[in-house]
Amino acid sequence: MKQARSAEDAWQVLATVIDPELPVLSIVDLGMVRRIALDGPGVRVAITPTFTACPALQVIERNVVAALSAAGFAPVRVETVLAPPWTTDWMSDQARDKLKAYGIAPPSAGTVVACPRCAGIDSERISAYGSTPCKALYRCRSCLEPFERFKCV
Amino acid sequence: MSDAIFAEYLLRLGDSHLVLGHRLSEWCGRGPMLEEDIALTNIALDCIGHASVLLRLAGQVDGTQRSEDDLAYLREAVQFRNLLLVEQPNGDFACTMARQFLFSAWAGGLYDLLQQSTDSTLAAAAAKFAKEISYHLRHSREWMLRLGDGTDESHRRLQEAIDDLWPYTGELFQLWPGDADLIERRLIPHPERLQAPWTARITEVFSAAAITLPSPGAHMFSGGPLGRHSEKLGYLLAEMQIVARSFPGAAW
Repeated sequence: MKQARSAEDAWQVLATVIDPELPVLSIVDLGMVRRIALDGPGVRVAITPTFTACPALQVIERNVVAALSAAGFAPVRVETVLAPPWTTDWMSDQARDKLKAYGIAPPSAGTVVACPRCAGIDSERISAYGSTPCKALYRCRSCLEPFERFKCV
Repeated sequence: MSDAIFAEYLLRLGDSHLVLGHRLSEWCGRGPMLEEDIALTNIALDCIGHASVLLRLAGQVDGTQRSEDDLAYLREAVQFRNLLLVEQPNGDFACTMARQFLFSAWAGGLYDLLQQSTDSTLAAAAAKFAKEISYHLRHSREWMLRLGDGTDESHRRLQEAIDDLWPYTGELFQLWPGDADLIERRLIPHPERLQAPWTARITEVFSAAAITLPSPGAHMFSGGPLGRHSEKLGYLLAEMQIVARSFPGAAW
């Protein structure tokens, strides 16, 4: 077991914990980690759910405990923080680029939703709901491919 | 420190989201088209997420430390506090959308006001819920317009659905025992404050969808938050609770 050192180490560990529904993004990329506080040899992590009913939340909490424990932090405590509510504004630019490269249109202000495949800006919404609570279904009128868009909240 | 009156209010809200979420989940695999099947189950999931937060809080506030699962799976129908509107059967697609629209228009207004609650957990949850419910409202509103202003058949079915559900909307604005105390403590808004914005919101849509507003003096059913439910809730709970009741304490 490695010797745990600082909150900075804990942040680096959490940057390796990915969202199981969006396997290109870490929970740090998503802006879900609100606070990390060292507590003796242990650590306390405050996490904000992206969507109230996100089914991935329990898996994420388990993975946070596993990753920090493996890095030598003990005990690891995870608390859920609801206020202020999570917003897509907390997603880093790097995260938006990763989403696009993965084929999901990142959240953006305005009405134009660019196709993540051909970058065409002529798209239509097929459904406000998609395969997970965080995504909506779109179709590109240029390349005719359907794609998912991360919901703006 | 336990607060039985506030816990009762949280149960009323939590149970309403839970029962509505379960009703919507009955559409899973039966939606009129794939996108709608996905939408209905997503809204169901949101409702159950809201229920989970509210019931967990209720179990803390009433001092029993019951979990959201204890409260969802181990209570009888007479112990449920949900509004009668949400236990009404799905009926056809128009009926499900009408029920969703009437409920979401009310819940959206409620959670806007609950963000000022003196209970910080409820206020925080309300801010989160309001964002999610705005999606439900937009979705059900679009269907109200499409069905109401669609074919003769879709219009007839939507009007019937509204007429059937209308007598269950009186409960949304009723003052229940204990509420006055919670209003005094600024934990919750007075339910009357929700009525005018709700009426304005649904009237605008009814008018665009050519739906006739049922008579305001019509008889209203009442009693869900006091545990007086129709037999329909019993069947719903039997299905929802059977696994938890058959295998007590099971974990997977």
